[in-house]
Amino acid sequence: MRKPFAITLDPGSSLANHTGTWRTMRPEYVDRLPPCNGACPAGENIQGWLYHAESGDYAAAWRLLAQDNPLPAVMGRVCYHPCETSCNRASLDSAVGINSVERFLGDEAIRRGWRFDPGAPSTGKRILVVGAGPSGLSAAYHLARLGHAVEIHEAGPVAGGMMRFGIPKYRLPREVLEAEVRRILDLGVELRLDAKVSNILESMQGGRFDAAFLAVGAHIAKRAYIPAGSAAKILDALAVLRSMDGEAKPLLGRRVVVYGGGNTAIDVARTARRLGAEEAIIVYRRTREKMPAHDFEVEEALQEGVLIKWLSTIKQASEASITVEKMALDAKGFPQPTGEFETLAADSVVLALGQDVDLALLHGVPGLEVRDGVVQVGADMMTGRAGIFAGGDMVPAERTVTVAVGHGKKAARHIDAWLKGKVFSKQKNNEAATFDKLNTWYYSDAPKTVRPVLDVMRRQSTFDEVVNGLDESNALYEARRCLSCGNCFECDNCYGVCPDNAVIKLGPGKRFKFNYDYCKGCGICAVECPCGAIRMLPEEI
Amino acid sequence: MSFQPVKFYQTGTFTVGNRLLAPEERSVQADMRRTNSLNSGHRACQGCGEALGARYAIDAAMQATGNRLIAANATGCLEVFSTPYPETSWQIPWIHSLFGNAAAVATGIAAAMKVKGRPDVRVIAQGGDGGTTDIGFGCLSGMFERNDDVLYICYDNQAYMNTGVQRSSATPPAARTATTMAVGAEPGNVFGQGKDLPAIAMAHGIAYVATATVAELRDLEAKVRRAMEFRGARYIHIFVPCPLGWGHASEDTIRISRLAKETGLFPVFEAVQGEITSVSKIRRKLPVEEYLRPQRRFAHLFGKTPRAEVIARIQRIADRNVRRYGLVDK
Repeated sequence: MRKPFAITLDPGSSLANHTGTWRTMRPEYVDRLPPCNGACPAGENIQGWLYHAESGDYAAAWRLLAQDNPLPAVMGRVCYHPCETSCNRASLDSAVGINSVERFLGDEAIRRGWRFDPGAPSTGKRILVVGAGPSGLSAAYHLARLGHAVEIHEAGPVAGGMMRFGIPKYRLPREVLEAEVRRILDLGVELRLDAKVSNILESMQGGRFDAAFLAVGAHIAKRAYIPAGSAAKILDALAVLRSMDGEAKPLLGRRVVVYGGGNTAIDVARTARRLGAEEAIIVYRRTREKMPAHDFEVEEALQEGVLIKWLSTIKQASEASITVEKMALDAKGFPQPTGEFETLAADSVVLALGQDVDLALLHGVPGLEVRDGVVQVGADMMTGRAGIFAGGDMVPAERTVTVAVGHGKKAARHIDAWLKGKVFSKQKNNEAATFDKLNTWYYSDAPKTVRPVLDVMRRQSTFDEVVNGLDESNALYEARRCLSCGNCFECDNCYGVCPDNAVIKLGPGKRFKFNYDYCKGCGICAVECPCGAIRMLPEEI
Repeated sequence: MSFQPVKFYQTGTFTVGNRLLAPEERSVQADMRRTNSLNSGHRACQGCGEALGARYAIDAAMQATGNRLIAANATGCLEVFSTPYPETSWQIPWIHSLFGNAAAVATGIAAAMKVKGRPDVRVIAQGGDGGTTDIGFGCLSGMFERNDDVLYICYDNQAYMNTGVQRSSATPPAARTATTMAVGAEPGNVFGQGKDLPAIAMAHGIAYVATATVAELRDLEAKVRRAMEFRGARYIHIFVPCPLGWGHASEDTIRISRLAKETGLFPVFEAVQGEITSVSKIRRKLPVEEYLRPQRRFAHLFGKTPRAEVIARIQRIADRNVRRYGLVDK
């Protein structure tokens, strides 16, 4: 080529200049563990299913949700949503209403008749699940999807366990529960009602079961000795809640006193109000800070007019009144009697002092360890007896539906591995996506016109079933408030902000990758990533 | 419930793109087919604001003109790092002549296109603050005054960076540069009246004047697009931090631009025929300290005894901007 005067080189592109060699820090795409996922006792991939819900693909969202939890409509009503407590958005404005979106997805699935994907091919193994409560149903679901034949033996006349007998209808309508149970049974799970297992080893042998999962729950109400006149009406909380499910409603009278400080006490007091009690008073021996009931339930109960008498114990009960003694906290924070007494009018006293587990079916099982009235299990949910696993309220853990569902899933995975002669090891959790990892500048504030609507929606969705949950547009709002902590949501920021075009966009759904030939390692992408899905690491030199 | 338009809380309009947006609502930079007018392999420092700003602006201009665009470039960082002989990073027709004559060269190209009967080919002149506010100022003013059909884009990094950070007429008060050392009774650059080029451009009464920062991509792209709707002289002033010259971390380029706007030190607005037509409001008002502190060129203000009176003086500049441009919603 003839060149002009003083020109000796052909023109070329700067692509020949690999500026990646300048780099001392190297950006990498990561998936961090969102706080909601980390906090979910059922191990749901919440950020994951919200991602689908954000784009309006509710079926995909529900399917991903159901991979971990077969009871979304139930969960969206009764879960204490630790996910929302840990939500990073709470540091910005208020937590994403995960629970209400979950309920929306669950209801949508029921309304549209979505069914679970069929499970793996049959393994020929038979598994006995004892108890058709949340834990047993969850285990049955997961085991069935893993290809095992599952039989549930339930002592009661209907499935649901505590979801039916412990949770009032105003929190969980029965048709919702029934729809979700039916969907699990449709997977081929066999349910035997009124089939109390009195000896687990015999039942396993008789049915040629390869393994068993025990989830009998805790149904025996704890008692406290209260000197009472013959006319005093003393009931236990579970019996009250259970009879709510039948035809004959419990007769509690106009003034009801509930003794205890757990969620059951709150449920009974709220139920009493709904049955027409003019006064529902909870008597609790310690303070609000020490109360085991969840704060929002206490708040809702107070809003509904339930009264709570703190630092009090019941000393005596008679036909129309009770005597309470005031307590005072000692230096260690324990309540001590003060000798001061007070009389309260009461037509009935309901004891809500916790429940014990009926362990009769385990008599004579070698190797089994029972401590503090609950069955001890290993990290794999297996009891001291090989092949017998347990979960839910009958093992040491917080007693909630969500924890029970989580136990069922965990046990199912370990049972599956155990049957195959393997050990299930959970994938290690990613590093946590804490609030400081986010660049929240990019998340716009909810417009003022929308915020009150959302607030009302959120409030309503935690109230009783008289009011509906979210409708589609609200659910979409709520889902889109998710910050997608620690997981790329394809906002294109890294692709845009790189001064060196060193980010390659791979197309919708495929995320991005770095072009290390040109990346100088400036770190803008990592700092400007809204959700903290890029990490800078020192380059090996 | 009455109709409520769906808002994207998750991303708002602040991110580059968003999988939930319709394609036509996304930014040029989010497009997999963007021109990458300033391609990889250029020799700008890590985290260069100017390289980023130039690609943002020229990619947007390329899209707005259907890729019929010629750019004339003043001497400066942008020219030096993009085109060391014989390589170039530019993927557009591009010409460099002298430090001070980019506006005049562009005027010539525009005239040539007119003669050739190619009004569809649009012309951009671009340069740094040195080539614009100092050396090329005469040519630029002439271009404005004659109303030549050129869009002039100034990438303002507030000093002569490629020659070693010497002060320019765009260097802010109190900033340390190689020629305004942080010594003496009044360390750093002087508190002058400044040389507010967007205001000077507006005083020429030209068709369109706008300011932008690399922290607000969508705003920047919208302004380039808008500028291309006019004929005649137009001017866009883009705030581009320089990690090397300003002494901030390379990863903070966008954060610093954002702070310049949020403190009120760099007002972002647009003006048509010399009159302001829209102002980009401050979203979360911050004191100027937030902007000054991460930059080593202002480190002398935050020594053992912070120079509160100097910081207060800079704050007054910001406050005046807020007042003058109405940057905060009452």
